[in-house]
Amino acid sequence: MRLRVLAAMSGGVDSAVAAARIAEAGHDVTGVHLALSANPQSYRTGARGCCTIEDSRDARRAADVIGIPFYIWDMAERFHRDVVEDFVSEYAAGRTPNPCLRCNEKIKFEAVLDRALALGFDAVATGHHARLVDGVLSRSPDEGKDQSYVLGVLTREQLSHAIFPLGDSTKAQVRQEAARRGLMVADKPDSHDICFIADGDTRGFLENRLGTAQGPIVDESGEVIGKHEGAYGFTVGQRKGLHIDRPAADGRPRYVLSIEPVSNTVTVGPRSSLEVTAIVTERPVWNGPVAEPREPLACTVQLRAHGEVYGCRVQVSGEEVHVELDAPATGVAAGQAAVFYLDDVVIGSATIARAA
Amino acid sequence: MESAYLDHAATTPMLPEAIEAMTAQLGRVGNASSLHAAGRRTRQVVEESRESIADALGARPSEVVFTSGGTEADNLAIKGLYWARRAKGANRILVSAVEHHAALDPAHWLGDRQDAVVELLDVDEFGRVHPQTLRTAIERDPDSVALVSVMWANNEVGTVQPVRVLAAIARDHGIPFHTDAVQAVGQLPVVFADAGVDALTLSGHKVGGPMGVGALLLARGVDPVPVLHGGGQERDVRSGTLDAPSVAGLAAAVQTAIARQAETSARLAELRDGLIRKVRAAVPDVVLNGDPVNRLPGNAHFSFPGCEGDALLMLLDAKGVECSTGSACSAGVAQPSHVLLAMGADAVSARGSLRFSLGHTSTEADVDRVADVIGMVVERARRAGLS
Repeated sequence: MRLRVLAAMSGGVDSAVAAARIAEAGHDVTGVHLALSANPQSYRTGARGCCTIEDSRDARRAADVIGIPFYIWDMAERFHRDVVEDFVSEYAAGRTPNPCLRCNEKIKFEAVLDRALALGFDAVATGHHARLVDGVLSRSPDEGKDQSYVLGVLTREQLSHAIFPLGDSTKAQVRQEAARRGLMVADKPDSHDICFIADGDTRGFLENRLGTAQGPIVDESGEVIGKHEGAYGFTVGQRKGLHIDRPAADGRPRYVLSIEPVSNTVTVGPRSSLEVTAIVTERPVWNGPVAEPREPLACTVQLRAHGEVYGCRVQVSGEEVHVELDAPATGVAAGQAAVFYLDDVVIGSATIARAA
Repeated sequence: MESAYLDHAATTPMLPEAIEAMTAQLGRVGNASSLHAAGRRTRQVVEESRESIADALGARPSEVVFTSGGTEADNLAIKGLYWARRAKGANRILVSAVEHHAALDPAHWLGDRQDAVVELLDVDEFGRVHPQTLRTAIERDPDSVALVSVMWANNEVGTVQPVRVLAAIARDHGIPFHTDAVQAVGQLPVVFADAGVDALTLSGHKVGGPMGVGALLLARGVDPVPVLHGGGQERDVRSGTLDAPSVAGLAAAVQTAIARQAETSARLAELRDGLIRKVRAAVPDVVLNGDPVNRLPGNAHFSFPGCEGDALLMLLDAKGVECSTGSACSAGVAQPSHVLLAMGADAVSARGSLRFSLGHTSTEADVDRVADVIGMVVERARRAGLS
């Protein structure tokens, strides 16, 4: 069937090839670049990140080469509210958000998808590296580039209107194909880090938004062993940048164990105290080929982007989902997503609330 | 699918006469400044072009300064006149709030970098500058006004300004008056000598000539400081080897368009009125922007409540109707039009606007194409607008 497809085009190589493939498959494709910043950086600043003028021109040029109409949609307000502000308030609450995941959930497959459907499109295609076959999401064959984790929050309904044309390809194949198709973005560097923090200085960005607020760094016994300029600057599992002048009694490195925003306290301790074997998660989404597990279900779980995969048993319990890990995990941070897999297939996800 | 091209205010197809004149010259060698035979032959083409443009627009040949287009002509007029007058102590620039960016931005740049004081002349709900507005602004301190610039007709909403009256007010105080007539030439009677203006901008590709060429008509005795310095061509006001093929194409287009202007305008106004009638029938709550009477014959500019202009544009494009939101986009994100905002529109309704502009190739079939799809398109855009 010939579908009317909106191809989200960032100006990068992945979304360009994705759009080209879907057009070549005979669908009626329209390219759309999402303007996510109200004040786009220009060439002159030399900033690289989302929604620079250079990116929107690259996207437009790619659309012209492919031979599809191209428009720019202004999503700056929604992006600011649902991604940037959310990012700041999650950190302020002592959690560790994943803005890419949030952007997929709230912008690409909510704000953009809703608008696209209202305008008569059937689906939204993106350049994500993940497989989507008959509504079932699974990992990309390119392990290093797999993005199924940041798509694991999408509902069945959202996935039913999504197309990921790069599902079976590796990044190297995508680059080769871009060059073969004459897309000038073929050798454009990969984007990394957080697009709205152009200089990569997350702590500086948060400090700018939230100000500084000195507070104590304590050990597990509650003894104050240092001070910090704002608890939001820390992530569970973090080892560097603690600036504690007193070494630990056993001489071993110390890690951030927890962040308490109300008392503005950061607790640190040895690596062994970071280990978690049971996790409580909330706000689950079951989007895979199995029903929500009322009984313990043996599967695997990924606890952060490009993180390790753990064997586990998962069970729904009221509003919560309890996860028992087969082996201890470290660096389990509240606010991150737990994405559940059966082999390579995503079955659902939930937001990490706390260690049990 | 044959599309209905209704964006003639952005650019209009070249007239066959212009293509012929331009292509004939493309094959010939010669720099109009050279003294040998090839140079003389080229100069012949350039000077005949100058004379025919002057003749068509009621100017003297020596008053025609060729430029690379409307933007350069506006920049030359505004920066050049400001610099010339600044040397005599005048530093205020009075421009209408609805000018094209090619006039507004040079003025603001002079304000930011060159000590100019830029004062925007307010417009009424139809986009018109009232003579009293200009008079009041000048009379606050006539000697300090470096120049006045008010466009002949607005590129977005089509409103025609009372240029003769405004120019006379400036003239009473000895202040140079520039008008951007890019949209007016070919659609309205434009006679330079009668208008009483000191400088007038026209653009090749808006009258059926080539892109990349235009002219500033400069009255005798009006001497802006040059923007481009070099070989001293064009009265020493605009250096650079003349683009003889483009100049020939421009002259053929101006001559042809002006000869047919009355007939074209009458035909376009009738088509345009039909378009307005049909759009109103399909979308009863549509709002026509701009002056209902004193407007460009080819312009119909609407606001569609509850819609985003971007969405309308995309849906119409998919149905083979090519029009414009008429607003500037620097990084590609459409900003609410400064023209509509100056006319008192709020940002939301300003974003829900579309410009249809007709030109010499427009037909009844183009209008019917819009009439056939506009109802459905607006309905769909409204759904998306509310989502």
